[in-house]
Amino acid sequence: MANEHGQKWDRCLADSAVKIATGLGVGIVFSVLFFKRRTWPVAFGSGVGLGMGYSNCQQDFKSPYQLHGHRVKVSKSHTS
Amino acid sequence: MLRVCLKGANSAARKCLCGNGVPLHPLQQCRSYTSGGSGSSAGKIVAASVLTVGGGVGGTILYANWDPKFRANVEKSIPYSDQVFGLALGPAAPPPVINKPRKVEPVQISSMSEMWKDSKQPKAKEVEKKAEQPDAEGPPAPAPQETLEEASAQVAQILSAIGEVPSVPAPGTHEAEAVPPPAALKGVPAAAAKCTECEHEPAVKERPEGEVAARLAEQDKAEQDLLTSLSSNLEDALGSTAKVTLQAIGAQEAALQAIAQHTRQLREAMEAEAPPDKKSTQWRVLEDALSERSRSVDEAGAAVLKAKAELDKLRGVIDGAKHLKIAAARPSILAAEENLHSMVVDLDSVVTRVQTAQSEAKIVSQYSELVNEAKAQFQKELNSITPEIQANWKGLTGKLTQDDLNSLIAHAHRRIDQMNRELAEQRVREQIHIDSALEQQKLEDKKALEVAVSTALEHNREQMRLEQEKKVEETREVMEAEMRTQLRRQAAAHTDHLRDVLKVQEQELRSEAEEILNSSLMEKETEYRRLTQDQLDSFTLDMNAAYARLKGMEEAIDSHVIAEEEARKAHQLWLSVEALNYTLKTAALNDPTEPLEGAVQAIKESCAEDEFAQALATALPSESLSRGVYSEASLRARFYAIRQLARRVALIDETRNSLYQYFLSYLQAMLLFEKAQEAPPAKLSAEDLDTFKLLSYAAYSLEHGDLELAAKLVNQLKGESRRVAQDWLKEARLTLETKQVVSLLSAYANAVGLGTTMAP
Repeated sequence: MANEHGQKWDRCLADSAVKIATGLGVGIVFSVLFFKRRTWPVAFGSGVGLGMGYSNCQQDFKSPYQLHGHRVKVSKSHTS
Repeated sequence: MLRVCLKGANSAARKCLCGNGVPLHPLQQCRSYTSGGSGSSAGKIVAASVLTVGGGVGGTILYANWDPKFRANVEKSIPYSDQVFGLALGPAAPPPVINKPRKVEPVQISSMSEMWKDSKQPKAKEVEKKAEQPDAEGPPAPAPQETLEEASAQVAQILSAIGEVPSVPAPGTHEAEAVPPPAALKGVPAAAAKCTECEHEPAVKERPEGEVAARLAEQDKAEQDLLTSLSSNLEDALGSTAKVTLQAIGAQEAALQAIAQHTRQLREAMEAEAPPDKKSTQWRVLEDALSERSRSVDEAGAAVLKAKAELDKLRGVIDGAKHLKIAAARPSILAAEENLHSMVVDLDSVVTRVQTAQSEAKIVSQYSELVNEAKAQFQKELNSITPEIQANWKGLTGKLTQDDLNSLIAHAHRRIDQMNRELAEQRVREQIHIDSALEQQKLEDKKALEVAVSTALEHNREQMRLEQEKKVEETREVMEAEMRTQLRRQAAAHTDHLRDVLKVQEQELRSEAEEILNSSLMEKETEYRRLTQDQLDSFTLDMNAAYARLKGMEEAIDSHVIAEEEARKAHQLWLSVEALNYTLKTAALNDPTEPLEGAVQAIKESCAEDEFAQALATALPSESLSRGVYSEASLRARFYAIRQLARRVALIDETRNSLYQYFLSYLQAMLLFEKAQEAPPAKLSAEDLDTFKLLSYAAYSLEHGDLELAAKLVNQLKGESRRVAQDWLKEARLTLETKQVVSLLSAYANAVGLGTTMAP
């Protein structure tokens, strides 16, 4: 169970790195292709990648505690 | 010298050290210099001590030389000092007072007879010295006397021991003989009197027969020796005496002859009218004869003296021999005495003959003197009348004148008248003279008669005595022979009697011995029977006892078998539990143990009918069975990693679990320092439920070997920390469970084993 934490971090970092790299790549492509070699798509793309990665990490770390709640309407007839 | 060498070596070493300048031990170096300075004073001390010791030893030796007691003391107290003293001073002088006790001791130790002999001999010697006797019989007389007395005393003892014969009074006869003692033997009877006293003392115990016979043989031998010596003595004495006496007799005879010759010659010279020249030769011859006679007489006198001395000596020897009282010597003694007597008689007779011859010769010489005187007178008268006429007047007839002749004749007539007157006067006087001479002669004759009578008497008495002695000797011999035969008869009778008595005694003793033998045999037999019976009884008893014991033992063994079985089972259980325990130990650092299945199976088999054990065996968690459990050490090691992680995710729980929280939690872990180990309190309060605190408590417990408490504490973690530690917790729980079950099982096995070993 202690390894899970480490594993999570591994996954997270690997995933984040991939996403950042991918975002960067897409940004670069879009910058080159569509936005006349401006830097803002690269930054945007890597940012998107980073955000996705962070979110994934968070999701991964939160996963044991994630509760999928259902709101159950309680009719008045039960409580009496 | 060794010390000097050592000192030199030390100083050299120190120099070396100093030279190298090794400042390893500066203190020691300082000390070395100071010890060098004190080396000379040490030498002084050594010299002083040597001097003191030497002075003490020398003084001791000197004082020991001066005082022997001190020396003896030192030798006694200090070992080997006697050797030192011997080297220095020579051996110690022995104590001087030894002689007297030594002399006394042998006298005291020796037997009675020896003491008696010893005491007698010095006395005899003293007596000898006192008496100053010239005879040689003193020393040999007491010695053979002693032995003879001793022999006689022993014979007396033997006789008294053998029969009821009264002891021969050897001392009595000795005392009786001591009445007319010679001077030399006066002291001996006194000693003999003493001898009687001490002679009776040893006559108490009977001597054995062999000893008696030996003693008798010894006595006989001694007697024989004495006899031979005595007879030889006697013979020698007799021979010498006889020789001397013969010499004396010969001398006397010679003297007699000389005297007779001289007398004859004198008479011849007197009466014969030989011519003058022959007269002178005659006178010369006469003078020779006279000298011859005087010489022979002197010789005879000396020879007689010598003979007399020899005779006295012989008499003394004979007396001594007589005093020895050896029976066998008596005849020889008697013969010697007879010889002595005859010699004495001959000597005396010869002496008397010589004396008579001498008296005759005196008469003749007197007569011749008278004649010579008369002749001289006549010659003088003649010369007075006729002075010119010479002596030999016979041849002068032619020369004489008438006047001369007339005067001569007148003178002759006158002379004849005178002669006649004288003759008449002489005749008268003659008678008176004859009477007086007769008287004198009578007296002398009487005296001579007396002397002769006394000598004859003496001789007779001697003869008688000798005869008596001879007779006594004969009778004694006869008596001795008779006594011997009687004694022989008595001895024979005695032996017969002894034989009879011995026979009777033998019978008696034999019967007695047989009786004793029978009785003892019976006793022994009964004893033997009793013993065998006892033995049988004891044997039966032993057999019964052994049988009973055997039975008991068999039962015990049977019961033991059961107990053994139990014990075996318990042992097996225990062994299997031990195996289980062992498998628990096989955990490597990070790997679990072997699966416990096999061991548990073994346990289950070993205690098939033991429910408790079975229950326990099944209570083991299945994970341990299949996979095995982790050891405490590995759990402990793992805990630190867990702790680190738990610290890091301490803030994360269900509500806070975003990444930012993670970051915060990491920051907290980095910045928050807690004690690595903290002792958990007995009761956990609300603030103790902090993650960090819990972790430190758990660490402490783990470090102190309390896995259970650590697990409990870890169980109190919350949130992510809990999740993270869940694995570890599970493992810890497994381990704890397994350990608990195993310990229970081993305790149970031990209990069962103890129970079986404590069999009644």
